[in-house]
Amino acid sequence: MKIKAQVAMVMHLDKCIGCHTCSVTCKNVWTNRPGMEYVWYNNVETRPGPGYPKSWEDTDRYKGGWTLRNGRLHLKAGGPISKLANIFYNPNMAEMDDFYEPWTYDYQNLIKSPRKENIPVARPKSMITGDYIDKPTWGSNWDDDLAGGSEVVPMDPNVQKLQEHIAMEYEKTFMMYLPRICEHCLNPSCVASCPSGALYKRDEDGIVLVDQDACRGWRFCTNGCPYHKVYYNWNTHKAEKCNFCYPRTEAGLPTVCSETCVGRIRYIGVLLYDADKVKEAASVEDPKDLYESQLSVFLDPFDPEVIAKAEEQGINRSWIESAQESPVYKMAMKWKIALPLHPEYRTLPMVWYVPPLSPIMSHITNESQLSAEGYIPAVDDMRIPMQYLASLLSADDTTVIRKVLLKMAAMRVHMRAKTVGGIDDMKKSKLLQEADITIEELEDMARLLGVAKYNERFVIPTGRREMDEDLHYKQGACSIEDLAPPEGMVTYPFERSEGL
Amino acid sequence: MEALLLWTVFPYICGTILIVATFYRFIYRGKSWTAPSTEIFEKKWLRIGSIVFHYGIIFAFVGHLMGVLIPIEVYNSLGVDDHTYHIFAIVGGGFAGLMVVMGLIFLLIRKFSFPRVKAHTSFGDYFTIVLLLLVAGLGTYMTIIYNTTVVAYEYRLTIGPWFRSLFTFNPVSGLMLGVPTLFKVHVVLSFLLFASIPFTKLVHMFSFPVRYPTRAPQQYRARDGYRKNEGNKL
Ligand code: HEM
Ligand code: SF4
Ligand code: SF4
Repeated sequence: MKIKAQVAMVMHLDKCIGCHTCSVTCKNVWTNRPGMEYVWYNNVETRPGPGYPKSWEDTDRYKGGWTLRNGRLHLKAGGPISKLANIFYNPNMAEMDDFYEPWTYDYQNLIKSPRKENIPVARPKSMITGDYIDKPTWGSNWDDDLAGGSEVVPMDPNVQKLQEHIAMEYEKTFMMYLPRICEHCLNPSCVASCPSGALYKRDEDGIVLVDQDACRGWRFCTNGCPYHKVYYNWNTHKAEKCNFCYPRTEAGLPTVCSETCVGRIRYIGVLLYDADKVKEAASVEDPKDLYESQLSVFLDPFDPEVIAKAEEQGINRSWIESAQESPVYKMAMKWKIALPLHPEYRTLPMVWYVPPLSPIMSHITNESQLSAEGYIPAVDDMRIPMQYLASLLSADDTTVIRKVLLKMAAMRVHMRAKTVGGIDDMKKSKLLQEADITIEELEDMARLLGVAKYNERFVIPTGRREMDEDLHYKQGACSIEDLAPPEGMVTYPFERSEGL
Repeated sequence: MEALLLWTVFPYICGTILIVATFYRFIYRGKSWTAPSTEIFEKKWLRIGSIVFHYGIIFAFVGHLMGVLIPIEVYNSLGVDDHTYHIFAIVGGGFAGLMVVMGLIFLLIRKFSFPRVKAHTSFGDYFTIVLLLLVAGLGTYMTIIYNTTVVAYEYRLTIGPWFRSLFTFNPVSGLMLGVPTLFKVHVVLSFLLFASIPFTKLVHMFSFPVRYPTRAPQQYRARDGYRKNEGNKL
């Protein structure tokens, strides 16, 4: 048993209001510099919809993640030899238009324009070429809130898979938000795709990073990640990705996206896992078993044997205690209401989601008259097709989704009975039974999902610095000094780059 | 005078610049050391241009190894007669040369026909492609046209031994004096190209990831261990 710790995240989709605050704050901190204008480490996409970049889930095209051949894992885009043969041109890499051409506006014209008959306007201007764009045709949230309607929704690979027709009339259709960051996977295909070995997973906290000194810009990671969360910086010619705000998490603070999340949908906590079991768990035959097999990699932080082994292997007390308090552990392991995004990619992702219930509930018109069992058919007959959620969160296994939604419905019914009343206890029990959960658990769930304060939502131990040998030397040093030095990034060998 | 300046001093200056500046850049400007990909801006032309060019230049490189680095005596002792050698050299080299030239022309056209690519092409990028085009164009002309219409020039008796003698620090520069002018220009331009490598994006050729197939697919690193031995540099 090789125990490692990971800081992981859960997002409770019911609470996401699609405000994009997370994306904007992340962008302001990490990606508003030349070469990265088109990059959103955190993005929030409206579903159904193609997402960012367009149709990123189309693994036949981008060839991200792993496939299983004869019981063994292979990179879908091809192993090392085929990569080296294709190194001069990466056939599966996305183009800028799959993201969008970033632009700004010619604000100066508002100030400098001479007096004339018409009001001066700020024309859109490409941040790649500096030319005016007369008519932008795509952007990072072009299809926000189903804005693209029936023209854009079919570009969603999950929709293409659905048997049933999705109604696009506004009074009949459904919609949800899906905020996404790098999954900091246990079995990251980005790492395995990198010919230079520049990508790595950190021992201490599982964060997946790109070593900017070692990256040579071969670009196989960009589409090797099935979530399309490694980006090519065209200014430095290197890959960059979400770093889970490690300078913050090392100090015990949540990531910027979590800190600023308006809906408070995000939870961060430690999970202990057995690194020796990762490969085996990612290699189970049936994709539907991947969810369970990933759960089997996580370790019980209350198990004395696990605690002893963890301490032996250098994981300190505060990390073990955090693992016990971890909101992520509760949602993923204890209550089993959080699910991994696209487990079928076999990367064992570590940002999990509680599926949304509210669009179902808004479907129920006369809730005050509804008996508790009335919720069961409501779950089965919800407006978001269960297959759609299953396609996102459980490798098409609708029974998994149904179980979670029943738990969420049971929580709602129970809390309603408790605070407002008017629900028949006898009938409630049938729902509880079906949801396979106890009253105490429901109340704990309601607390964590509904009212938990900052310190309950974010249980993050500080970086394990006590093991550093040369702490004195590192005092006052900034770990990202090289990446974004105060005087600006040097991209050309013997001259200074000014950007655009 | 020509022997001294052009065939002794000049190559050593170029070689010194190549080595010193390459190490300097690798050590002190490591973050600028990458393959200069513009694939994100344009894919179709790159697909043809880059693949044809790179495979061409690898063939051409192997060809130069065979023609310049391997002494003629080796061929003689293996029983490869001059005629056979030149047929192979002309066909193989000509093919490789054409690939390089065609690929470069594609890449060059691509550089100024796509606004996004153009906006991110620096002087150094144009310089590299044009110089490569000159070197490769001349080389291909020598191989395909000169060798077949004028004379199949036996560079294995002049340029080859001279080039190898540079490495033993005992240059026999006199050998170069009788070489046809075309060949001389090709050699001089090549040395200019070598000297320019550390100043351009060409450095990526030194980073071919040979160890990739044998390393573990997953890489773990301890935060604590990161740059442990680099302590004093920062
Ligand atoms: C040793 C193995 C080599 C590898 C793996 C390699 C790989 C690459 C890659 C990935 C690109 C970027 C293509 C793109 O996406 O835009 C590139 C560009 C380029 N390479 Fe190489 N290369 C190698 C050797 C060479 C050599 C020997 C030369 C010339 C002497 C060369 C000259 C160039 C040039 C001029 C470009 C720029 C093309 C453009 O900007 O349009 N490469 N190379
Ligand atoms: S989600 Fe993150 S860790 Fe997983 S493969 Fe993609 S970039 Fe790598
Ligand atoms: S800040 Fe929170 S609520 Fe707003 S879009 Fe992001 S995840 Fe959703």
